Amino acid sequence: MALFIVRRLIGLVVVLFAITVLTFLIFFATPGVDPTRSLAGRNPTPETVAAVRHQFGLDRSKPEQYLLMMKRLFISRDLVSYGNQALKVVPAITAATPVTFSLVIGAAVIWILLSILTGVLAVVLKGSIWDPLLMIVALIGISMPVFWLGEVANLITQDRLHDTFLFSWVPPLGYTPLTENPWQWFLHLIIPWLTLAALYVGFYARVLRANLLDVANEDFVRTARAKGLSERRILTRHMLRTSMITFVSLFGLDFAVLVGGGALLTEVVFGLPGVGLLTYRSLQSLDLPVIMATVIYGAFFITIANAVVDILYARLDPRIRPT
Amino acid sequence: MAEFAYEPEPASVGLAPGESIREFAGKSPWRLAGRRLARNRVAMAALALFVLIVAVSFAAPLYAKHIAHTDPFANNLNGTTVVDGKTVEVLQQGGGPLKLGETPIGPTWHANYFLGADNQGRDVMARVLYGGRASLLIGIGSAVLACLAALFLALLAGYFRGPVDVFLSRLMDLIWAFPIFLLAISLATVLLTAPDGLQWGPVHVDPSSLWIPTLIIALVYVPYVYRPVRGQVLSVREKEYVEAAVAQGASSLRLMFSEILPNVLTTVIVMLPLMIATTILTEAALSFLSIGVQPPQASWGTIIDDGQDLLYSRPWVAIAPGIMIVLTVLSLNVLGDGVRDALDPRAKLRLKG
Repeated sequence: MALFIVRRLIGLVVVLFAITVLTFLIFFATPGVDPTRSLAGRNPTPETVAAVRHQFGLDRSKPEQYLLMMKRLFISRDLVSYGNQALKVVPAITAATPVTFSLVIGAAVIWILLSILTGVLAVVLKGSIWDPLLMIVALIGISMPVFWLGEVANLITQDRLHDTFLFSWVPPLGYTPLTENPWQWFLHLIIPWLTLAALYVGFYARVLRANLLDVANEDFVRTARAKGLSERRILTRHMLRTSMITFVSLFGLDFAVLVGGGALLTEVVFGLPGVGLLTYRSLQSLDLPVIMATVIYGAFFITIANAVVDILYARLDPRIRPT
Repeated sequence: MAEFAYEPEPASVGLAPGESIREFAGKSPWRLAGRRLARNRVAMAALALFVLIVAVSFAAPLYAKHIAHTDPFANNLNGTTVVDGKTVEVLQQGGGPLKLGETPIGPTWHANYFLGADNQGRDVMARVLYGGRASLLIGIGSAVLACLAALFLALLAGYFRGPVDVFLSRLMDLIWAFPIFLLAISLATVLLTAPDGLQWGPVHVDPSSLWIPTLIIALVYVPYVYRPVRGQVLSVREKEYVEAAVAQGASSLRLMFSEILPNVLTTVIVMLPLMIATTILTEAALSFLSIGVQPPQASWGTIIDDGQDLLYSRPWVAIAPGIMIVLTVLSLNVLGDGVRDALDPRAKLRLKG
């Protein structure tokens, strides 16, 4: 087990290093693209370009540039935005992280509860019209672009039905920190949570239903029936528990991807100042250092989360440990 | 189902519940799958819907020219249109709730400006159709490219194994380690910083070329197809019929393309509709973030982006392309399920939507 962890950690370090190199190459060494173009403003004079190149160290060799960039990103943490040199990239990301976590954790709670409910209902109601109906709704949920669903939600809750009793409680778009006012925090996030969760409810409900139906033919379920257990107990204690294995491993991945940048579109539509919105703002001005930093942050988060999940899994299930 | 339980199964395509072996004896696996798909009414309805959307989108120039009589790519700030016999301006002064500025005309539900106009006075209906053309081209193009590239690389890796496999698989793992979305964003941003387009040797790519989003999206999805296909190539390579071909002195190329390829193709075909659904959603997201399709081209994603400013005054600009995306992706997801059931009734292969 200790050997497995050590190997997994060495692999992790190698992947993290490769991620920084690849990201650096994409941003600063793509053939045909001059990174100074975007940082010297519109129609720059050759002198400005040269000055900016020198300031950001872009007149040095590529390996030197890489080391300089990584030093400013991880050690001195003073990498600044091209467009707005007062904006320090690393503190900006740190400040935005709680917003992203608030959004993703709340949505995750909703999607897990709703998808278990939907998946189990579909299995219980199999054979009636409700099962295909629920699955069609789930499929529609999967097929919607999240940013579009968010806009429709805004249209309804902020404008068309905002003056009715239904949605008059919805505050204007934006964010209030949990530490400042928990109730406002909750009110600001409830519509974004539901929007972000919609896609995952559909997907998880479908996976859970398929899994439950697979498990239904297993020997241990037959044994449980033969023992005379009630259907409810078989479903919750035996079938659902086994199906949770797939469910949990999927969840780990999706959660990491969302925190690592996947929630960007939801943050943009609802004006939540998380890491995604930070990336989006820099996209508008093609501010390469900020985008590069958020990409590396996201990829790091996902890779580290995957490693942690792997190690936990290996601890729980000896079969997974590779030799 | 039980009465067929003891009958042998055809080797590559398993029997679906309720099918008899006699019905299928002597037919090729592809024909069997085709027949099974044709009997699946839900999947056929989805296919019909998808074909309809494709046909309508590719008829966009005809619609713009002969029905709407507008050019959906030209500004029409001072234009007029006729509603109920009255001539009205396309951009109306102070039409919004605040009576300030200009508001484009809303849906007329007539041929001209059926869904109203956008901020530039352009016909939204015609733009949605044109946008569909771009979205579908990019979605289908990038999914097909990703599948072909992944298939080729997986054949190389699975056939040669050893260092080739290690190199390709590590490369794919690296791409896989990136959040798809962030990788696509990085590539798109960097390529867009070249305002005059890109020059790679003799190839010039215009910044508004649809090839840029197509290639970016194709690249980020290659590992998703590569992984399962490589696994299959590795196992097919050990089959007796491959050994027999080796014994006959078949060349590497022959082994890869006529012995192994046909046997891993089903996996790719099952994945293709679901991949297209995914790539269409990715394209829409990138275009919504204004780093996908660039003006003067339009796609469903860029139209939703345009509609953001008009959301409360003229919601149809943003709603209509979204409905098209939902219908397209939904039809592809349903069709994908049908194809999976038809080709491989027992498969558990699933692609995240």
